[in-house]
Amino acid sequence: MDLSYTVLILIIPLFVFLLLGLFFRRIKAPLSGYIGVAGLTVTSLISFFVAFEYFFKIGMVDGAYQKIVAFKFVWLHFTSTMSISIGVMLDPLSAVMLIVVPLVSWMVHIYSLGYMKGDRGFTRFYAFLSLFTFSMLGLVLASNLFEIYIFWELVGVSSYSLIGFYYEKPSAVLAAKKAFIVTRFADLGFLIGLLILSYYAKTFDFVNLTSLTFIHNLSGIGTTFIGLSVITWALILIFVGGAGKSAMFPLHIWLPDAMEGPTPVSALIHAATMVVAGVFLVARLFPLYYFIEGGIALDVVTVVGTFTILFAAIIAITQHDIKRVLAFSTISQIGYMMLALGISKYEGPEGLGYMAAMFHLFTHAMFKALLFLGAGSIIHSVHSNYMQDMGGLRKYMPITHITFLIAALAISGIPPFAGFFSKDAILAAAFEHHKVVWFTGWFVAGLTAFYMFRLYFRIFWWNDPKYEHTPHESPKSMTIPLMVLAFMAAFSGFIPFSHFVSPDYVPFSEHMEWGLAGASVGIGLVGIILAWILYKKENDLSTRFALAFGLFYKWAYHKFYIDELYMFVTKEIIFKHISAPFAWFDRHVVDGTMNGIGNSTVWISEKIKGLQSGRVQDYAMYFVSGATVISMILWFLIK
Amino acid sequence: MNWNQILLMRNEIVLTLIILLVLVSDLIVKDNRKKIISNIAIGLFVIHMLIGFIPMPEGSLFGGMYRTNHLIFGFKIILNVGVLLILLQSASWLHDKLQDTTKIGEFYIILFSSLLGIYFMVSSGHFLILYMGLELSVLPISALAAYEVYNRKSSEAAIKLILSAAISSGVFLFGISILYAVSGSLYFDDILGKLPISYFSVMGLVFFFSGLAFKISLVPFHLWTADVYEGAPTPVSNYLSVISKAGAVFILMVLLFITMNTLHDIWIYLVYGITVLTMFIGNFFALRQENMKRFLAFSSVAQAGFILMAMVSANQAGVSSVVYFMAIYIFSNIGAFGVVEAISMKTGKENMKDYAGLYRTNPKLSLVLMLSLFSLAGIPPVAGFFGKFFLYTAAAGQGFYVLVFIAVVNVTISLYYYLKVIREAFLRTSDTPIAYFKSDNYMKVSLAIVAVILLVIGLYSPFYDYIYSVSNIVNF
Repeated sequence: MDLSYTVLILIIPLFVFLLLGLFFRRIKAPLSGYIGVAGLTVTSLISFFVAFEYFFKIGMVDGAYQKIVAFKFVWLHFTSTMSISIGVMLDPLSAVMLIVVPLVSWMVHIYSLGYMKGDRGFTRFYAFLSLFTFSMLGLVLASNLFEIYIFWELVGVSSYSLIGFYYEKPSAVLAAKKAFIVTRFADLGFLIGLLILSYYAKTFDFVNLTSLTFIHNLSGIGTTFIGLSVITWALILIFVGGAGKSAMFPLHIWLPDAMEGPTPVSALIHAATMVVAGVFLVARLFPLYYFIEGGIALDVVTVVGTFTILFAAIIAITQHDIKRVLAFSTISQIGYMMLALGISKYEGPEGLGYMAAMFHLFTHAMFKALLFLGAGSIIHSVHSNYMQDMGGLRKYMPITHITFLIAALAISGIPPFAGFFSKDAILAAAFEHHKVVWFTGWFVAGLTAFYMFRLYFRIFWWNDPKYEHTPHESPKSMTIPLMVLAFMAAFSGFIPFSHFVSPDYVPFSEHMEWGLAGASVGIGLVGIILAWILYKKENDLSTRFALAFGLFYKWAYHKFYIDELYMFVTKEIIFKHISAPFAWFDRHVVDGTMNGIGNSTVWISEKIKGLQSGRVQDYAMYFVSGATVISMILWFLIK
Repeated sequence: MNWNQILLMRNEIVLTLIILLVLVSDLIVKDNRKKIISNIAIGLFVIHMLIGFIPMPEGSLFGGMYRTNHLIFGFKIILNVGVLLILLQSASWLHDKLQDTTKIGEFYIILFSSLLGIYFMVSSGHFLILYMGLELSVLPISALAAYEVYNRKSSEAAIKLILSAAISSGVFLFGISILYAVSGSLYFDDILGKLPISYFSVMGLVFFFSGLAFKISLVPFHLWTADVYEGAPTPVSNYLSVISKAGAVFILMVLLFITMNTLHDIWIYLVYGITVLTMFIGNFFALRQENMKRFLAFSSVAQAGFILMAMVSANQAGVSSVVYFMAIYIFSNIGAFGVVEAISMKTGKENMKDYAGLYRTNPKLSLVLMLSLFSLAGIPPVAGFFGKFFLYTAAAGQGFYVLVFIAVVNVTISLYYYLKVIREAFLRTSDTPIAYFKSDNYMKVSLAIVAVILLVIGLYSPFYDYIYSVSNIVNF
């Protein structure tokens, strides 16, 4: 069956981007919005169709899912195995992403019709949204490592332009710059890693890179660096790139600032899709991570993931800006996915962690996008990001309230909502692997429930502040996406994910560990009850609580001064003691040399201009004597 | 000889027919309606170009005097597209600028004759056919250089061109006769492997080389270039700088790589030295130019150095990088000349300074100018970058790292003057900028095609892959 039509999934959003981007002066709002939504509707439907076809018709051969290269265009040809091509690859991973990315993007497109209404940059906004969707779909469908890198940078660029969407605001510009520089810095690791890997592997292709015989040959490479095989280093470096995009500690600093972008953007890019690219990347190369040198690189992933969930959850408790709470919550939840990948094994039911990571990626995309869109709906109506300005909103915004509650329950891991199933799978896998990892995960589940319900009670209960305008429910274009996502957040947990996704592509059945599930639901309920006591009604309990923690609270509130640390290292150490001498050298020595060369070039060209006399007899003389002299010079070369 | 073999000369035959048709229609059409000849000529040429795309077998005619293969076939297509673009750009000059429109037909007849000569050069398998093709391509074009009869500069250009050409073909013929004396034949196939390394054959090589170097404008045989480009009508300069050059480059490559492969150890130094000299001299002169046409003349000298540079690697990669670079150079230069032509047509301004503020008044034109100059300078993602990239790869593949380094230095120098023009157009403001104007449709189509080609040709890899696959003519 010819699957090359799958390339339409990429072409349509690209076309919409070009259309809106090139003619943004001619196409006015709301027409541009309708074009964007229409384009994405078609893309989504094709994507869903492809994912369905893959899972139920063409994907399964002999009891295992296959990697199918549906489309391939070789762009640069180096050797028979090494080429840079643009292709579309279908496998369970990309098929899952074919549901997540277009669905969330579709909802965000519709939602933005209401949210961005009246904004001057309406058309620009839709152009960039399409660009992002194109890049993200390209990333998940990529058939080789280099292609993924190209789209990886493209999502970075579209994220940059959307964070800095309100470019009149200095804070937005700064945030965009920060996001770009930090992720770009991490991408350097990815680039070096992929160059090392492809240097030894002699191929970029995923079908080769992840086949077991190939990996077996690769692990025979004896080149080491500081005690570890170069391939392990390459994988760690690639993970650095993934950690940058996925905002893992210590490269997480850009994500909270990225909330300067419009809220639908935060929902799409900085919650559901782009930030999980790092998880996707590790999952994509999982056999390499698992088999090379007994999975040392994978242990790095586990440690980083485990630390990040705790770290980010603590900060999330202390923040007042609701979008920042959600941002730290995102960092923490992605940590869960990383951790789950890190502890996973390869074969059969032992691949539970891998499955759980992708499952959590799926459910998280739904409920976190829902939380952000809900937050957007609230911000849209009260015109503030801070919880101090909110309270009692359940009376004014019933739909937002109910959907937000569903999402909060889902993320807190309360059955039967989606988050319960995926988080439970992660914790079950962690329990098998390492008790400390499990305990951290379990404890953070409680923290998650607490900060999430702190947010919920503070926004929707508490007491009414003095609103200047009475808040009102958002328009239909915004509430319908909320309801769709709420449906997904409520019920997507019942999808038997292990039948679709597993590291060795062979489906397996998982069974519920009721004891562990009970424990995690228990701590979730504790968190909720605590939040209920502290934040249901206006009181000073929470302030007293914060005071009791004293210095620790202050640290957490200031995000453990990581930003300040970065600033210190770059400004005080790198700029002053490394860059300044270099700049001096550049200005005086390099520039001096260059100017010298430039001046002498001009001087020479002044001197030789007599050659060009304009007299044709001179030309003839140069011609004949030139030919003669050259032949005489060449005579000396005859041996 | 049967019908199928005759068809190998399809390009030449059709073009000759077109020349005759234009000639006849020139006789029929009344003097006051001559403009219609342009449409006839361009229409016929479009048909000719389309016919050129029909696949053709390889083979040779007249006992090997004329030959064709897939590479030659592809190269002629590139030439045809280039000539078509130049024809489109010259239409408004023929119609509006010249007072006397009765001679429009001549322009096409003469230009096509010159192209016919280039076809024969490219397809030649015998030194006399090559010589005939060379003459057929130069003589008509010197007539065209004098096309603006009442313009003194135009006449001067024509005289200079024809005198220089006469000297060059004398030297060229002398070179051929030496080669004949050494090898005993004028057929390329017979000479193959027979040239000994001796004083005599080296002299023959150099003299023959200088005849073609004259057409490619390699230093020190380039001196006519600037004067002629400046004085001749812009479409003619454009033709001289790309099409005429391309034919000579192609046949030079074939002769050096295959026919004279026994002299490889000698001509490699020749190519090396002339390459370095040409790049530097071309660049040094281009730096100083204020007149856009003179500027493009020297830039084309410097570019000729790059073209020659690809010839240091006599293998498949070398052939394909020469042809690929040549193709990209053709389109980039046509773009740049086209913009200069459009502006000088409407305003008469040809100086770099006059371009200040061009972007504000004529943004589309400025964009085409930018694309073309970026491509000439080799800035990604425009086609020129890929041309230079394969050029360096081919040279580095043979171990010529120093040469690659010199080339990079020269690209840096060339960036200075290409960006100087772009700076004038985009960043400078002027109290008296070139006013907004509309070009005619021919010009618009031509520039739009150039822009698309420049953007697509580099990124669309099958184009290079095709050239590479048909470049296996060298069996070193």
